[in-house]
Amino acid sequence: MTGTHTELLGAVAIGGGWLAIGVLGLLRSHSTGWVGRALFPFGSLLGIALAAVGIIALAHGVETLILPIGLPELPFHLRLDALSAVFLVLLGATAAGVSIFAAGYFRPGEGTAPGLLGLQYHVFLASMLFVVLADDALSFMMAWESMALSSYFLVTSQHRLPEIRKAGYLYLLIAHLGAAAIVLSFGVMQGGSWQFTFEALRAAQLTPAWASMVFFLALFGFGAKAGIVPLHVWLPEAHPAAPSPVSALMSGVMLEIAVYGLLRVNLDLLQVQVWWWGLVTLGLGLLTALYGVLFAAVQTDMKRLLAYSSIENIGIIFIGLGLTLIFRSFHMPAFAALALAATLYHCLNHAFAKSLLFLGTGSVLHATGERNLGRLGGLIHRMPWVAWLALVGTLAIAGIPPFNGFVSEWLLLQSFLFTPFIPREFVNMLLPLGASGLTLAAALAAYLMVKFYGIVFLGQPREAKLAQSHDCGRLERLGLLWLASACVLLGIFPAQTLALIGQVGEELLGATTAPPLWHGLLFAPISPERAAYSPALFLLGIAVFVGLTMLIVRIAYHGRIRRAAPWVCGGFPLTPRMQDTSEGFSQPIRQIFEPFFRMRRELPSPFDAAPHYRVQIEDRIWHWLYVPVVVSVQWIARAAGMIQRGRISTYLLYSFVTLLVLLIWVL
Amino acid sequence: MGAVTLTAVLAQAAATVMAVLVAPLLLGWVNQCRAWLQNRSGPGILRPYRQIRKLFHKDAVIASNASPLFRLVPYVEFASMALAAAIIPTLWTGLPFAIAADTIALVGLFAMARLFLALAAMDIGTAFGSIGARREMLIGFLAEPALLMVFFTTSLIARSTSLPTIADGFAHQPFALFPSLAFASVAFVMVLLAENTRIPVDNPATHLELTMIHEATVLEYSARHLALIDWSAALKLFNYVCIGLALFLPWGLAESPANPAGLLLAAPALVLKLAVAGAGLALIETLNAKMRLFRAPEFLATAFLLAMLGLLVRLLLGS
Repeated sequence: MTGTHTELLGAVAIGGGWLAIGVLGLLRSHSTGWVGRALFPFGSLLGIALAAVGIIALAHGVETLILPIGLPELPFHLRLDALSAVFLVLLGATAAGVSIFAAGYFRPGEGTAPGLLGLQYHVFLASMLFVVLADDALSFMMAWESMALSSYFLVTSQHRLPEIRKAGYLYLLIAHLGAAAIVLSFGVMQGGSWQFTFEALRAAQLTPAWASMVFFLALFGFGAKAGIVPLHVWLPEAHPAAPSPVSALMSGVMLEIAVYGLLRVNLDLLQVQVWWWGLVTLGLGLLTALYGVLFAAVQTDMKRLLAYSSIENIGIIFIGLGLTLIFRSFHMPAFAALALAATLYHCLNHAFAKSLLFLGTGSVLHATGERNLGRLGGLIHRMPWVAWLALVGTLAIAGIPPFNGFVSEWLLLQSFLFTPFIPREFVNMLLPLGASGLTLAAALAAYLMVKFYGIVFLGQPREAKLAQSHDCGRLERLGLLWLASACVLLGIFPAQTLALIGQVGEELLGATTAPPLWHGLLFAPISPERAAYSPALFLLGIAVFVGLTMLIVRIAYHGRIRRAAPWVCGGFPLTPRMQDTSEGFSQPIRQIFEPFFRMRRELPSPFDAAPHYRVQIEDRIWHWLYVPVVVSVQWIARAAGMIQRGRISTYLLYSFVTLLVLLIWVL
Repeated sequence: MGAVTLTAVLAQAAATVMAVLVAPLLLGWVNQCRAWLQNRSGPGILRPYRQIRKLFHKDAVIASNASPLFRLVPYVEFASMALAAAIIPTLWTGLPFAIAADTIALVGLFAMARLFLALAAMDIGTAFGSIGARREMLIGFLAEPALLMVFFTTSLIARSTSLPTIADGFAHQPFALFPSLAFASVAFVMVLLAENTRIPVDNPATHLELTMIHEATVLEYSARHLALIDWSAALKLFNYVCIGLALFLPWGLAESPANPAGLLLAAPALVLKLAVAGAGLALIETLNAKMRLFRAPEFLATAFLLAMLGLLVRLLLGS
């Protein structure tokens, strides 16, 4: 416990600042100029400050603070350690980009009044901040619930549309099932002491059976928020329903906050370790990653596509978490630290890259009014800023070196290479095969991102009105640029990033990855003989070869270029309908993985004058899991309805019979 | 890992330039062997060079709606294949530049080249372009996991993911047979055929719209852009064959260029191995017929399963 609380106080002040900005927005709640142009940029600056506080806190020790507010006898305990600091950086840096984008994004007359939206938005940010700082179960749950509620209001900001209300309801329902599980897991974790500070939870003695109960409750609770299969159904409904900056925050930050909760419970609070917890997490992660990416590949709405891709990325994060838990339970802290670094790295990558892409879709939506991939295309000519910055996010999510997404996949595969050393038969043989699932998901992600980028930004405009689309404004550009640079920097300087987030491993596992070599140019977290990757050198190599080739071709030959209309087999002109549609592009996926999808097809007959092809793809899990639950709940409700006759004499009879039974019981 | 000295860096730069220059020769050799096996006299093994020279002299014609991305992609293709050539051991294993990317990053590098090619194919918005992009990515997402699993097996044996280190370990340790490597090598050859648009999966010699994969993606390119793409395709074949040789037939590789005796052995050994590998490729292509596009996933799933089997053999038997 250090004497100063500078960083923690700074973080709390930033949280307070966000709340104040939210309240100030109510002063002139109908003025987009006041809320958007004046308050949001200020919130963005606070985000940058928060990221700086997080980075400083990573270098320093643990800080704790007790805030004398809240219920009597139950003050708020706050704590800032390395794990919290990493997520503060994630939250702050992402919020900085998203807020500055949002400053230019919100237009008059869309859904909720800007002042109210600003309040909900900043409460959302501040509650995520306090989730990360909370050091007792009560304040954690209060922050967690305000996060859920504020995001619910943000999701339903266009509440006049019935499908958005439906999406919001589903989100609220699953969020609360999850919250109930989290409360229960804290309840079990206190182990009879009835003390709910995290300090006491760490000290509680649990048997492996009770600890497993905590593990499963936490997995359910946080997993519901993170969107692991089969609790993911709300995610592709709710994330696209929200305005794009909010989608960006929900996908980019809120899902990672749920991962934070799971990391906090498993690596910090629970002292007992059972080895198969990691296997469960890993298996769920693999399932989620593959399921998410397959469904993402067949989507036709660009925001739904990104939402499913978030499910895939959460799966990858869970794979890393599972490996961490497995290595830790077998007392292999160095490997556990490697897997933990991969997990945290992927959290950061996903936060920046996915919010970048969601913001990009927001700009596209504003410029064209379309979310349907089948009506977009060719936007690289009309919206060069958005297109080129979205290319960075596309490459990052596709896991292409030297961008950031590749670094965490590389780290995860390296961790998989150590699984044969686990001192347990069969586990050490089966686990390395899990890497194949990860590689398949990563390779499918590349397919998916080519589909997303190629259909939206490349090719010819599929609708005439796209010719009038315009590039995004200056503030929006700034937000996109900020997030894109974060992706590039994390991709090129993994050694420096790892030196920072390696502190978490040091603190929670007592081990860390190897320090950077060669002034940080070489990235070799285990040893350079074992594995090395140098993105800076990689990028330099590509750049040098591109430059040399261009130069040699120009000097030795010529640079003459002639533009001409593309040849389309003679006769007729090139029309946009000749390109692949998004359905067409995903046809191989539908064909190969057909058993995974629930598809309804309407095929045209050969004699149709105007042939129509329609395919509807639904989530099988919805029919296997959720529909039976809904049906059985309705059945129980009907059965309960039998005794509700609505006549007072019947109810009096019930009371009489109950009293009689009780009397007999007492006698 | 080689010591990083100026001579080592210069020697490697020279080797990379050599690889880039020699690569079309291998392609010419494969095509010539194929012609011989099919009782044709063949175009001669220098044909790819003549093709590339002719293309460089022409004026580039570009579609009126092409974006800057379209013009950049040929250079990115060429650069990524040249970078790959710089980290794959051909004559010696002490490559100072190899730290830039290990085998996993090498797979990422190939993925990058493929992704940019697919994006360029979608840029004009013609029917063939997007069909080609979709098929190219289809082959890619099936071949990439198989290739990674092959590298996984070799990395587990060599306890390193760096390609020169793996090759070094295999070349200079006492002779040992690894059954897992047998599975891995078959899987690798299958991936090689698919990734380099060779016959059972794709036919580099046709422009038949129902079957073409790679050719459909580059249909809109002409002149110097096409020359660079053709050249990088030849370089890709050369790289893949050299990866295969380094992993499964590493004998004869020298440790560093400082040892002339080792190089004197390594250079003829490389020529011989490339010649045999090229002839073998031609034989495979002659004996097989091109399969339907939707048989390709089965072909690559087989490769993936073989690679997994190799991994499992390694894990279960430790061999």
